[in-house]
Amino acid sequence: MTFISWLIPVFPLIGFLVIGLFGRKISKTLVGFIGCGSVLLSLILSIGVFMDVMGSFGIGTPTVYDIFNKNHACTVPLYDWISSGNLHVSFAFLIDPLSCWFLLIITGVGFLIHVYSVGYMHDDPDFSRFFSYLNLFIFFMLLLVLGDSYLTLFVGWEGVGLCSYLLIGFWFKNNEYNKAANKAFIMNRIGDLGFLLGIILIYVTFGSIRYTEVFDVANSFPASQPVIIAITLLLFVGAAGKSAQIPLYTWLPDAMAGPTPVSALIHAATMVTAGIYMIARSNILYTLAPVSMDLVAGVGLFTALFAATIGLFQNDIKKVLAYSTVSQLGYMFLGLGVGAYTGAVFHVTTHAFFKALLFLGAGSVIHAMSGEQDIRNMGGLKKYLRITFITFALGTIAISGMPPFSGFFSKDEILGYAWNYNKFFWLMGVLGSVMTAFYMFRLFYLIFYGKFRGTEKQQHHLHESPMTMAVPLIILAALSVVGGFIGFPEVFGGNHWLHEYFYPVFKDSYNNLNYHASLPSHSTEIILILFAVAAAGASITAAWYYYKKKENLPAKDGDNINPVQKTIYNKYYMDEIYATLFMKPIDRLSEKLHQIIELKGIDRIVNFFGEGVIWMSGQARLLQTGYTGFYIFAMVISIILILFYKLV
Amino acid sequence: MITLLLILFPILAGLLVLVSGNALAKKIAFSASIIELAISAFALSQFRINDTAQFMCNAPWIPSLGIHFKVAMDGISILLVLLTTVLVPLIILSRPSPTLPEGKGALSPSGRVGEGSFYFMVLFMQSALIGVFTSMDGFLFYIFWELALIPIWFICLLWGGEDRARITFKFFAYTLAGSLLMLVALVYVYLQTPLSLGEGPGVRSFDIQSLYEAGASLSSAEQTWIFWALFIAFAIKMPVFPFHTWQPDTYTNAPTQGTMLLSGIMLKMGTYGLIRWLLPMAPLGVQEWGNTAMILSIVGILYASVIAIMQKDFKRLIAYSSIAHVGLISAGIFSLTVQGLQGGMMQMLAHGINVVGLFFVVDILFNRTNTSEIPKLGGIRNITPWFATLFMVVLLGSVALPLTNGFVGEFLLLNGIYQYDAGMAAFAGLTVILGAVYMFRGYQKIMLGETNSLTSAFTDLTFNEKAVLIPIVILIIAMGVYPKPVLDIAEPAVMRILNIIHP
Repeated sequence: MTFISWLIPVFPLIGFLVIGLFGRKISKTLVGFIGCGSVLLSLILSIGVFMDVMGSFGIGTPTVYDIFNKNHACTVPLYDWISSGNLHVSFAFLIDPLSCWFLLIITGVGFLIHVYSVGYMHDDPDFSRFFSYLNLFIFFMLLLVLGDSYLTLFVGWEGVGLCSYLLIGFWFKNNEYNKAANKAFIMNRIGDLGFLLGIILIYVTFGSIRYTEVFDVANSFPASQPVIIAITLLLFVGAAGKSAQIPLYTWLPDAMAGPTPVSALIHAATMVTAGIYMIARSNILYTLAPVSMDLVAGVGLFTALFAATIGLFQNDIKKVLAYSTVSQLGYMFLGLGVGAYTGAVFHVTTHAFFKALLFLGAGSVIHAMSGEQDIRNMGGLKKYLRITFITFALGTIAISGMPPFSGFFSKDEILGYAWNYNKFFWLMGVLGSVMTAFYMFRLFYLIFYGKFRGTEKQQHHLHESPMTMAVPLIILAALSVVGGFIGFPEVFGGNHWLHEYFYPVFKDSYNNLNYHASLPSHSTEIILILFAVAAAGASITAAWYYYKKKENLPAKDGDNINPVQKTIYNKYYMDEIYATLFMKPIDRLSEKLHQIIELKGIDRIVNFFGEGVIWMSGQARLLQTGYTGFYIFAMVISIILILFYKLV
Repeated sequence: MITLLLILFPILAGLLVLVSGNALAKKIAFSASIIELAISAFALSQFRINDTAQFMCNAPWIPSLGIHFKVAMDGISILLVLLTTVLVPLIILSRPSPTLPEGKGALSPSGRVGEGSFYFMVLFMQSALIGVFTSMDGFLFYIFWELALIPIWFICLLWGGEDRARITFKFFAYTLAGSLLMLVALVYVYLQTPLSLGEGPGVRSFDIQSLYEAGASLSSAEQTWIFWALFIAFAIKMPVFPFHTWQPDTYTNAPTQGTMLLSGIMLKMGTYGLIRWLLPMAPLGVQEWGNTAMILSIVGILYASVIAIMQKDFKRLIAYSSIAHVGLISAGIFSLTVQGLQGGMMQMLAHGINVVGLFFVVDILFNRTNTSEIPKLGGIRNITPWFATLFMVVLLGSVALPLTNGFVGEFLLLNGIYQYDAGMAAFAGLTVILGAVYMFRGYQKIMLGETNSLTSAFTDLTFNEKAVLIPIVILIIAMGVYPKPVLDIAEPAVMRILNIIHP
């Protein structure tokens, strides 16, 4: 099916166009059908392409083996896009294990979330607009991972940014939501500028921006070339914007203004992992720039911890999950930075399962609670929402890194590499997972246990979600439980299938990396795992004791809390700091430039010239006295002057 | 011949409009502009990409001075001619018909000049603009250059806003001063052309090739003068910082169709002048002073972008954003790279289309609410899905989202600037961020949120308005998805210019 892989993004594009143009005229059922159906078709095709890739490994039926090269990759050309001098960019798709893997995540999780949305958005008057945006998002996201060059990646990159903007501000009557949407777009653009400059530097350095050509040349570069370091740092600026890393992360928590399925799809499972995709794709460049890898690992780890601390004190169900996402993305960057490329993509995968599940579960809770998002007003929902309760519990266990749930395997792999990279990084990573386990179980107990704390009206309305919402939850819960086994580690006698699968993509990097060509020895690894699991378990117990047994509640808004807690609760005042440091000064600069430099400076000077001419003409006019004597006198003087000039 | 036809047809049709009376004026003018578009499309179909200037019409005009009526089109010319012939019908169509309830400025404020005169001026302008883009003779270029100023002067003066007399005078005097500098430079280079041998006294030549050769043979010091004389002339027209202060007032005050002509097409006279006349005529001057020109352009990008952020009047905001966009084009051209020049060509077309779209959006806002002040608007999206969507696409083109026309040009321009100097590209690239800031903030305050008393009765687009905006939106996306034809047409012509500079 590889030869028709160009159809994969075309289906959602058609879905977008049809729903966008005719959505208001056709029934909601049909809109939902088209919206989900287009993604389902993409999913089916993606599975077909995946089978082809597997075929190239000699698994299954290798019917199209010949079109794949020795790296199990093949290019599907479409058309020439930009051509100028020796710069040629074509629209072409690169099918290889990595892109194919992301295809499955995007269309698979994307399809489930589409189905869920049919139920979740059913009463929204703008149902069709929602689905048109969602389809457009899938289109751009597929373009992002399918493109065979950095510029086609960038097309998808900015495209998903646009959809993110449109969906965060979906309920556009609310200006707070609109501000959140603007913030997301603008902050992403800061990263995008870095990315764009990185692409240009790649072109200037390698004479091409196609992956295959760039990486072929890069392979012959020695390590730590300044230009490679510059490229990788610029790309990382882009990745930090899209994947919400410090210092460009503050848009993601605000992005929760969008409908909950959007948070699940865009701001947890797919779009925000684009930065990880980009770096994993560029693994050779990063391997050649150890400094950049150090930075990626450091920023990732710091973000993971920083966001986790904020997550401990948030009371909005979606905000907790948002900071958790920032934190988990930090883990993925930590993985990339320490050379656990497979581990990072593995974590992308498992995170897509359990975080999509948690968000959709949160959506189900919010739906049942008539729009309530404050966990202080929930409690005791266990008996009202059985399916949501069970699936949410499974997701919570998965994210907390409890074996044998999926999050355990992927996180463990990253931590294992981190141990070999730097023991302190490993320890901090464990600390982060301790906090993760705590805030997740805090959330879980406050929602589902204890007494119901909402209004009577809310209690009366409590109901389990319809099947269109419940079925995706169940499927995602199953994936969250068993998804980890695709990367079953050797330490437990597995063969880590995922590692084998991605080997063609990352092998050049693995050959170049020396300090962690392999995981720690099996005995060490088992001790590390036991320690991490025990720590997380203790943390869960603490959450259980504090929030379930003692039934403690988070402080109310007016309550006195200690300054540290208050600072963290207010997200370290990062939004206020950014506003003071950047936004307000720029606004003021804008006004001052206009009032002082523009109007009183440059324009004054221009007008001065004009006035000067008028003044001179006023003076010259006075020479026209009308007295013949004066004219003759002037003439004589002039002749004398001219003669003198000639003499000299 | 076809070039001559392209130049003469609009003005002749304009005369017909003038005598036909106000009622028919718009219909005739629109039909004429469509025929003109068809002629240019025919020219395009006959265009041979790799050949030098084609469709030449060359006749002696003032033989004793070596002045010829020589017009022809190469890749650069034909693209700008097409921009003109595509935009003029849209601009004509965008003007509310006099039969509609008249908004402010639908008739000349003096009340004595009718619609016929307006459309005559537009068509007159089209002739002059096409003349500018196709002249292959220095003197003829100058004539068309000044000719183009006359109709726009009338349009601004007779149909402009309240303070039109003062603002139009400033605009006129400022650009005229620039053109005189250009004339001096052209004449100076002309005087260096060799005397042709023949009967009687020898004759010098204003022919473009002779001027190129004469200009390139000048000393570095002389070329410095030529460079600055031409650069200031073109910089005023575009405008480039710090020669821009006429622009925001003029754009804001002119009637919308005048603003569209000014920003959509007329400013391309300046960027076109850089490529066609400045670079090849003063190559040493460019090598010495191009850097300074780039710095001015990039300062202008940042300066105008930052000022745009806090503008209250949306029309003025777009005026400043236009300065930023043009600064990027200018900087890219001075990078003297293929990507810079081709990006410049691409962006000239893209900016022309997008800015006309944006000013039309302002017109739609103004015609319905009598204001273009951002803080007074809001919530319009609630009631106007068509307008909201089309406005959004135009805006995306303007902020250069990939798959819109703005991105291709911006990427190539930044690429060219980067090859010249990485630091400059980083500064110029800030437009990526700042553009999003002022555009998205503006969109939010105008279109989103709750409606207010001013916007609650806002009606969605009329058929006529859709007929203007939909083609613009289609062009924005089509050129972004498939820019190759434009780039292919421009490339050989751009390479020829570059070969003169670095032989």
